[in-house]
Amino acid sequence: MAAVLEEAEAAAGRGQVVAGNPWVLAARQLWRNRIAMASLVLFLLIVAVSFAAPLYASHVAHVDPFANNLNGTTIVNGKQVPLMQVGGGTLHLGETPIGPTWDVRHYFLGADSQGRDVASRVLYGGRSSLEIGIGSAAICCFIATVVALIAGFFGGVVDALLSRLMDVIWAFPVYLLAISISTELLTASNGLKIGPLHIVATSLWLPTLIIAFIYVPYVYRPVRGHVLTVARKEFAEAAIAQGASNLRLMFSDILPNVVSVVIVLLPLMIATTIFTEAALSFLSIGVQPPNASWGTIINDGQGLLYTRPWVAIAPGIMIVLTVLAMNVLGDGVRDALDPRAKLRVEG
Amino acid sequence: MKQIRAISATETYSTARHFRWGIAALTALVVAMAGCGTSSSPPSGTPSSKSAAAHKGGTLTILANSSFGVADPAQNYTLEEWQLLIDTHDGLVQFNRVGGVAGTKIVPDLATAVPKPTDGGKTYLFQLRSGITFSNGQPLKASDFVRTFERQFTVPGPTSFYSGIVGASKCKPKKCDLTQGVVADDSANTLTIHLTAPDPEFLDKIALPFAYVVPGNTSFKLTGNNVPPGTGPYMWQSYDPNKAAVLVRNPHFHQWSAAAQPAGYPNSIVEKYGLPISEEVTQVENGQADEVFDGDVIPADRLSELNGAQFKSQVHVNPLTADWYFALNTKLPPFNNVKARQAINFAADRAAYVKIGGGPSLAAPTCQILPPNFPGYAAYCPYTAGSDHTKWTGPDLAKARQLVQQSGTAGMKVVVNSTSDETGKALAAQMVSDLNKIGYKASSQLLTGSIQYPFVQNSTNLHKWNVAWSAWYQDYPAPSDFLNVLLGCGNIHPGSDASPNIAEFCDQSIQAQMTQASQLGQTNPTAAGKLWATVDHEVTNQAPWVDLYNPKQIDFLSKRVQGYQWNPQWYILIDQMWLK
Repeated sequence: MAAVLEEAEAAAGRGQVVAGNPWVLAARQLWRNRIAMASLVLFLLIVAVSFAAPLYASHVAHVDPFANNLNGTTIVNGKQVPLMQVGGGTLHLGETPIGPTWDVRHYFLGADSQGRDVASRVLYGGRSSLEIGIGSAAICCFIATVVALIAGFFGGVVDALLSRLMDVIWAFPVYLLAISISTELLTASNGLKIGPLHIVATSLWLPTLIIAFIYVPYVYRPVRGHVLTVARKEFAEAAIAQGASNLRLMFSDILPNVVSVVIVLLPLMIATTIFTEAALSFLSIGVQPPNASWGTIINDGQGLLYTRPWVAIAPGIMIVLTVLAMNVLGDGVRDALDPRAKLRVEG
Repeated sequence: MKQIRAISATETYSTARHFRWGIAALTALVVAMAGCGTSSSPPSGTPSSKSAAAHKGGTLTILANSSFGVADPAQNYTLEEWQLLIDTHDGLVQFNRVGGVAGTKIVPDLATAVPKPTDGGKTYLFQLRSGITFSNGQPLKASDFVRTFERQFTVPGPTSFYSGIVGASKCKPKKCDLTQGVVADDSANTLTIHLTAPDPEFLDKIALPFAYVVPGNTSFKLTGNNVPPGTGPYMWQSYDPNKAAVLVRNPHFHQWSAAAQPAGYPNSIVEKYGLPISEEVTQVENGQADEVFDGDVIPADRLSELNGAQFKSQVHVNPLTADWYFALNTKLPPFNNVKARQAINFAADRAAYVKIGGGPSLAAPTCQILPPNFPGYAAYCPYTAGSDHTKWTGPDLAKARQLVQQSGTAGMKVVVNSTSDETGKALAAQMVSDLNKIGYKASSQLLTGSIQYPFVQNSTNLHKWNVAWSAWYQDYPAPSDFLNVLLGCGNIHPGSDASPNIAEFCDQSIQAQMTQASQLGQTNPTAAGKLWATVDHEVTNQAPWVDLYNPKQIDFLSKRVQGYQWNPQWYILIDQMWLK
């Protein structure tokens, strides 16, 4: 991407027209879209901060964000205070975790109901959410593209069978399907086992694969439509006339002409899968302890909305920023790769 | 054991375990009430008969998060409906309808007296009161009880309470004939119940709402959301599980026993459904409703505001005869080794579990099976730091690690099963932490509440977990209700979702002592209590569970509510509260 951008910039600087390479044109178009670029920077910033979680937890906050710390203490205004504070009055009902100290070294965003550092967990949660979001979107797009290529290229019975299979998956409500699969796999004694592939119930791969699976039809449909169109173009017929093999036709001639659709869908799918991960984790069937994600942290904060709202607000803000960045970037990529769509909107 | 919420029609006695109540031993409760300093004792300002009339009137509004499901008293097994059914229906006997210690006593209700069993404890003869009518105007007859007991076996629901009645074993869902076991004489107004074997807990069992009389022409089938007529001071005007239950005065009621069935104060009682519990708290704070249903667990972050001085007179806390515990899978390594089980008992940081349970004001740490204030209870905690083995003072990690080494189980993987709600997650996380501290590789397995309990009960899932969270609340005050039901060899039902002995613990010598204690209960309750205490300690030594804590109950009422009483069996006595 950076090389393409540099080429586009260099070409622009020289006042040359780069009409010969549509990717350079698209990169140039994207580079000029300041809002999209700001979204990209914001997203990269969130990724960087999230992946710095271990550094923050071990070198700044000095906490284990995954272990219960109900009997622990921290420093507030130079004084050692318990993380869980006994209720006041005469009844002393309940124990409330400490709120934000706004001191990055000592429970910056406070503790959750298990005495764990919320700030560290939000950063670690970001790692999980982003890994699952990006991973599942990438896997989903890859599978959907391959299936769409096969269905669109071969047509006939193959297309009918694969399309009906996608219809079946699509017919299930997304969350209900994800809940069913998750519950089944979580209660399986050995997690997911397919041949040599073995994924334990607490692995992040489990929600990643589940989310990737349920969204395949959403990417499959538009990609298949483009494959059907491209496969009947003159250049494809010319390649057939020259004796090109099916594999070459699919991956060398058709795929490059539909990949722009996938690239447009990718950031939008990342936004969708991050949302889905958060929703599933909020329902306790996504990311499993000891891992955390933004969804699980919001779930943790649900019971503390009145007294410690930051437990839920902080991951909520991170989700909003990430999804917003991905949606805006996705729009920018679409405008860059498909100027006609933009013209239609503007027209 | 009764649930706090509705259970499905297919669930049986042993699957419904979320809220059990009963009578606590009289003397033990005296100690409890004196010690807890709460509102369990009879209310201050109990009205005299003159002023009682002045207190009558108004509508008492209760808010509950959700309804109790099917309303048929033969099936419903929830505190939520039972608290209303005791105001609309009657049994042969009843728990004394007052708060505190006196509320633990069995008193005659529709019977004129509590009978002594004859025929070696197998026959009970009840003389019924005369002149009592149902809320539909139909006179009460002795034969109405025959249909009432027969419906226990034709309507899907808990049947084991009355399975000892002669003829019950032949009952089928489509047909049941108990005329040999429940003999009614309408002309003499007597009812004789014959049992196949002595049952020292039989009077407790017939004081439960399952045995509350309904008219003899009531269908053998489930009545759904229509509650058959009863004989109490109120009757069901309507019940919509999505909206509300409405109770109004029964025009045919006259008070025959203030102890068993006193006339209530409010003219009507409305229980509304559907609000989040936090919103219920807000409405009661604002005086828009009168009670947060006491089965609804008030969220932790609302508790701090209830500590405020302005709510002091509106908040009531009472100890429960209940256990929260982790069952250890005795069929699978590492906990098929008693030393490994004892090790995690020594390592468990019960102070942390108490914090999860709401702090010392809402939970008390425990090591043993029987809860305090219970027959057979003698304080015992062998799994504590220090030499005082009557109470838990702290974990002993050194001892725990030593036992793990001796057991040869160090480094084994352990799966901790719990519910996925906030409390369940926190308990599992703490258990994982405790296990890891002594050398295991623990991970949690969290399931939604509706799945988790049937899942861990079913022996076909036994290979999928090592430690499982559970909780148990009494039905009535019998040590067997804890020790035999939860840890008896007879309560392991392979392949069933209704197998309450989750740990699959079975020790034949302890089982023999349980059987002996049950038999002794009918003739010598004191000796039986001592034997149960021995059994409790022996089971604790075998460590099939990690006992965590005994919970306490919070009730939150509006300012206009007066006359609060907490009965150990029924909790809040709704109809005995009046409105300013």
